[in-house]
Amino acid sequence: MTEPLLQIKGLHKSFGALRATDDVSLTLLPGEIHALIGPNGAGKSTLIAQVAGGLAPNAGQIVFDGVDVTAFGTAARARAGLGRTFQISALAMEFTVLQNAVLGALGASRSVWRFLKPVMRDAEMRAQAEAALDRVGLSDEAQKRTADLSHGQRRLLEVAVALTLAPKAFLMDEPMAGLGAEGSKRMTTFLDSLRADAPILLVEHDMDAVFALADRISVLVYGQIIATGTADEIRANPEVRSAYLGEEVSP
Amino acid sequence: MTTLLLIEQVLNGLQSGIMLFLMAAGLTLIFGVMGLINLAHGSLYMIGAFAAAAVAGATGSFALALMASLAAAAAAGAIVEVTVIRRLYDRDHLDQVLATFALILIFSEGTRWLFGSFPLYLDVPAAFAGPVTLPGGIQYPAYRLLIIAVGLAVAVGLFLLIARTRIGIQIRAGESDREMIGALGVDISRLYTIVFALGAALAGLAGALVGAIQSVQVGMGEPVLILAFVVIVIGGIGSIKGALIGALLVGLTDTLGGVLLPLAFGLFLDPATATSIGSSLASMAIYILMAVVLIYRPTGLYGVAT
Amino acid sequence: MNREGLINASVYLALPVLALAALALDEPFTITLATRAAILALAAVGLNLALGLGGLVSLGHAVFFGLGGYAMGILASHAQSYAPLYDGWFVVEGTKSMPVIWLVAVLSSALAALIIGLLSLRTSGVYFIMITLAFGQMFYYFSISWPAYGGEDGLSIYVRNSFPGLNTLDPIQFFALVFALLSLVLWGMGRIARAPFGLALSAARQNAARVETVGLEPFRLRLVAFVISGAVTGLAGALFADLNRFVSPTMFSWQMSGEFIVFVVLGGIGRLFGPVAGACLFVLLEHTLSGVSEFWLVYVGAILLLVVLFARGGLIGSLAGREVADD
Repeated sequence: MTEPLLQIKGLHKSFGALRATDDVSLTLLPGEIHALIGPNGAGKSTLIAQVAGGLAPNAGQIVFDGVDVTAFGTAARARAGLGRTFQISALAMEFTVLQNAVLGALGASRSVWRFLKPVMRDAEMRAQAEAALDRVGLSDEAQKRTADLSHGQRRLLEVAVALTLAPKAFLMDEPMAGLGAEGSKRMTTFLDSLRADAPILLVEHDMDAVFALADRISVLVYGQIIATGTADEIRANPEVRSAYLGEEVSP
Repeated sequence: MTTLLLIEQVLNGLQSGIMLFLMAAGLTLIFGVMGLINLAHGSLYMIGAFAAAAVAGATGSFALALMASLAAAAAAGAIVEVTVIRRLYDRDHLDQVLATFALILIFSEGTRWLFGSFPLYLDVPAAFAGPVTLPGGIQYPAYRLLIIAVGLAVAVGLFLLIARTRIGIQIRAGESDREMIGALGVDISRLYTIVFALGAALAGLAGALVGAIQSVQVGMGEPVLILAFVVIVIGGIGSIKGALIGALLVGLTDTLGGVLLPLAFGLFLDPATATSIGSSLASMAIYILMAVVLIYRPTGLYGVAT
Repeated sequence: MNREGLINASVYLALPVLALAALALDEPFTITLATRAAILALAAVGLNLALGLGGLVSLGHAVFFGLGGYAMGILASHAQSYAPLYDGWFVVEGTKSMPVIWLVAVLSSALAALIIGLLSLRTSGVYFIMITLAFGQMFYYFSISWPAYGGEDGLSIYVRNSFPGLNTLDPIQFFALVFALLSLVLWGMGRIARAPFGLALSAARQNAARVETVGLEPFRLRLVAFVISGAVTGLAGALFADLNRFVSPTMFSWQMSGEFIVFVVLGGIGRLFGPVAGACLFVLLEHTLSGVSEFWLVYVGAILLLVVLFARGGLIGSLAGREVADD
């Protein structure tokens, strides 16, 4: 078995009496898309926040690419190679689309402490940014103000910024959220192609997308992972069906 | 001698802390419920003092003067809320800072226009003019004790208001969830006006009470306002309890620092240098206190992390 | 040149044109007025980096302005009394040389900004506003209660400090010096805004989470911005003290901090020439309205209130429209 890129071991997080994350362990293997699903209130957002670095767990360990990153902040994890996208687009809305992408390239280049040279004239960063925009199909919108983009385009731009970081793994929080049927299909095809770049830990509500994309699926209920397996295994798992799938998806 | 001095200074610290609480309570309520930073709160303090001085001058009654301070500040607060402040709730903090800074200019210069640049004097009521003898033989001005008593009574009243009454429930609801209280059928804009006027009245009362010890003049409100900010930063924004604890801490630190630091430096320095270094450091004591609290609790003692 | 470029050029050129016209008409007071506007503009240009680009509502920039002022006052007063500033293991003399004074002003305000920034940038929003205001007040009261340099009364310097090759007592020469510094700083700020640092800082204002996600630390970006911003305002403080040949605790007052914010917003927040336009407008209002009424600040308050409530974007924003994204 190959060495997992991301390992979450025995993670705990409580808010008062509420155990939002209860002894969660999971792995992300090179080349795979590992989907994390669960009903509302299962603790997905809390878990994601701990993996991304915004929230410190009470106990447990997160190992990324052989390094214990549990004590790292969000920025340090990004520098370690974790490319994150948000459920609600987190973009600099006053910037042009290209500027947002260049910001990603800038983060990756580690050359932020420069005060005189215009960043948008930096050929290398610009090329990186344009290549990422090209991959998600936003080249024609490069000079548009980000605030003027459609919702679907913003989702794509989120992914493009993550791409400029050339991450070792993607952490995606509901990339399909708010996309229409057409948009979801496009995004699904795109994410499928993305696994060649880096594995994806995918939190998603869109079951069609999850079952189409995921190599493995983990089901989170009340802060605990009740099952992990392939799409077929998850579909067949009686515990999952009673806790979750039975109500939302017909097999 | 030194023990007596110390007790007297502790009482002075309590008195200034209680007055700070009246300012800080309004500020923190207004921030907690409406999310507004109000620089013009010091102007309401000034308005209370001027109203009291004017009414006391005309009628000779201190009780009427206090009522006038409450009424004038509450009225000024309500008018400002309806005309200006309510346009600021949805704005960012920068706009709030600027607009309320503009209000300070208007209030201060307007007051100077009306009353002139010379300070007014508000006399301590005759019944409280002398000292009283406290247990232990300490002579202490009766009026300052009165201030402490009135301040404490208002503090208790405020806690009861918020804990027990319908308007208090609405205020607490407003602090935790602004959309929710609208859904509950509470008239939000009326609630906001009431909260703002209440905060203003507290500031005005403080202005009148302190005005009888110090002079009543334009610009008297802003130093107190900034101290009240320090109080809120220490106590935690939005917390009345934090405002009380913070106010007492600041009042005591400020008063005792001014007395004790020069004395402390006097132990190993010559008197002139000790006084100069001691009083300079004392002027910074509360800010150092604030910095220390911030290092350990960036959201204040009773603040909620956001 | 686009419309904003034209407006910027006219704002930029207004001061030297005014100063030269005053020179031709032999009106030295107007030159001094233009110098004052240029110095206040410089202070506000400094603030604009933190406030406009970084979104940090600092109500304590008077700290740096005052430190710059006292750097000048202390050094020059020692030079004028021939008493060394420090006489122990080594001797530190006062100085009347502007470049040295500027250096000390910039370094001391940068250091103060570093310390205040380290403490106050741990917080955000209203806390940040209140804390910067409180630190400003701390310096204010300290300057009042510290008797060595005039305390509440301030400190007078008899002769303006010197700059190699210039007669700084000649109003137009001093104006030229101030304007050259303002131009240099404006050039630098223009570069910073477009540099990698400026892009990241601006992104941190718009969305801190975004910046972290690309591996950058908003705290460090803001701290560096705050330090540069404080240093520039400190430089302006030294010049302001030299203009008046006087320093006092008023330079530390919170009203001063408030006025800097007013300059930035009145002119157009986040725009390179906004603070210049705002400072000029303010000095113009001050000059004309104070002739109309003793209580001219009432009018300033009313104008400011109207601008905040109804004319967001300030002078340049109203004239030039929405900011054009440039490279």
